Amino acid sequence: MIRSLPNSKTYSVSFNLYVTLYFIFLFAPLAVTSILAFNDSQFPALPWNGFSLDWFFADSPLRTGIFHDQRNLDSILVSAETAFFVSILSTVVGTLGAFLFEQETFRFKQLLYFLMLVPLVVPGVILGISILLFSNTLGTFFEEAFNIDVGLFRPGFWLVVLGQFSFITTFVTLVVSARLKKFDRTLEEAALNLGANRMEVIWHITLKFLRPALLGAFAVAFLMSFENFNTTLFLVGSDPTLPINLYLQVRDGSTPVINAVSFLLIFGTSLAALVNLYFSRKNA
Amino acid sequence: MNNRGRWYLFFFLTPILLWLFLLIVLPHIDLLVMSFRAEDDYGDMVWSLTNYLNFFNEPIYWATFARTAIYSILVTGITFAIALPISFYITHVVSPKFSGVLMVLLLLPFWVSELVRVYGWMILLRESGVINHFLVSLGILDHPVEMLYNDATMIVGLVYTSMLFMVVPLISVLESLDRAYIEAAFDLGANMWTVVVRIIIPHAMPGIVSGSIVVFMLTLGNYLTPNLMGGKNSLWFTEQIYNQFIASFNWNQGSAFGFLLLLLSSLIIWVGLKLSGQKLDKVVK
Repeated sequence: MIRSLPNSKTYSVSFNLYVTLYFIFLFAPLAVTSILAFNDSQFPALPWNGFSLDWFFADSPLRTGIFHDQRNLDSILVSAETAFFVSILSTVVGTLGAFLFEQETFRFKQLLYFLMLVPLVVPGVILGISILLFSNTLGTFFEEAFNIDVGLFRPGFWLVVLGQFSFITTFVTLVVSARLKKFDRTLEEAALNLGANRMEVIWHITLKFLRPALLGAFAVAFLMSFENFNTTLFLVGSDPTLPINLYLQVRDGSTPVINAVSFLLIFGTSLAALVNLYFSRKNA
Repeated sequence: MNNRGRWYLFFFLTPILLWLFLLIVLPHIDLLVMSFRAEDDYGDMVWSLTNYLNFFNEPIYWATFARTAIYSILVTGITFAIALPISFYITHVVSPKFSGVLMVLLLLPFWVSELVRVYGWMILLRESGVINHFLVSLGILDHPVEMLYNDATMIVGLVYTSMLFMVVPLISVLESLDRAYIEAAFDLGANMWTVVVRIIIPHAMPGIVSGSIVVFMLTLGNYLTPNLMGGKNSLWFTEQIYNQFIASFNWNQGSAFGFLLLLLSSLIIWVGLKLSGQKLDKVVK
């Protein structure tokens, strides 16, 4: 049953088999996607026609590799820009939130804390449509009352940023709060006694202490934003993000270019995950 | 509190209030308001229950709603059943040397976008897919069969998508389980089933509840997986919402659907918390 007890042979073998099958289940779709990105075929399917890098580098009327596929390249850029702004915004506001909930006392704190958790239990689709509705309401109001057309209120880049920011900030707040809880506040008192003001203490001491958590939260926010689909779906304008763009292509019939993009994503995020893991181990 | 302290409070409080009110509270109030507005016979917007009446009068709407809820509960159950032995294996069976490696392997696939993972399943399962190719070339099938676009594969996809959110909380609660209890139980003659039901599951309860809530919520609100892996007849309620918003451009009807989905997810999460005696702010940690 457990490693400190003698186990029957059948039990150990079947448990190991179960775990092996589980890991195959976990990795099969990713492995197949990656392998087929290198198949010399017009379709993302077997049989294996030999190794080819066409779906990355080709630039001919029949085959356009990902590095020449403007539509996919554009959407990668849009996703990266979106993720950049979302992670900056949510890291800043999330950190302020962590300070607010960990170090300040005020009336209705519990209520506000509860409200901060709400995005965790609201389906992304609902978040998307409610923000779409509200921005539309505001847009109509500004147009009728002041006769000005505010671009921000129409589906597009900044609305996607705001939509993703609305729930990713909650994650950042929780991550930073967890680290802030471990902060020894006597360090702060010592600095205050030595004549520093609160801002100086936060800037020189607390934020330094929080740095690993802030970097981690930034990375997680970036990834969450980069791959978000549900909320983005309703807020996106004429420049699709990568997940939206891939969705449209997968739905309308796919070519191995999608495999090539997927391969790059799998490779890139795994690398980022391992780097992140390495640093969080080191700092733990 | 002195004035300076107040100043800092507002420095921290203002952005949080702006975020929560402009992006969470007011949009949801707007959603609720919109859901009670509809065009009357003269084309004017009036207060009305029409959108909700449509939902109850049109079987396809409430049937999809019920289906989505039942399937989400089913997916949560299956995910738990698969994840429990895995989490137990990693925390208590495999030697500590490997458990770290397995943890990393376990997390890796979920860093990759859901779309890529669903796409991988599509290449595996569809008629021209990899599994069919192997089955036919091995002579097990004489012609490929379409394995995609039915409820069963949709459930496989949903279980796969949400696995992480069950495994991680289970591992974190099982780590604190003292193996001496299990040894003692075996010494006293208990069998494996008794150990699982009387020791492991009660100990893991907080993790089970938080995992289940997240998995349920994500499944209920999922759009991609049912849309790409489910068949023509396996409609998901989020697709109804999408259709109302983007295809029919009937935002008021869509708002009512959205609000009903929100109500359903909050209700089931609330019931789950009450039944298990857990609190939301504890569960999310």
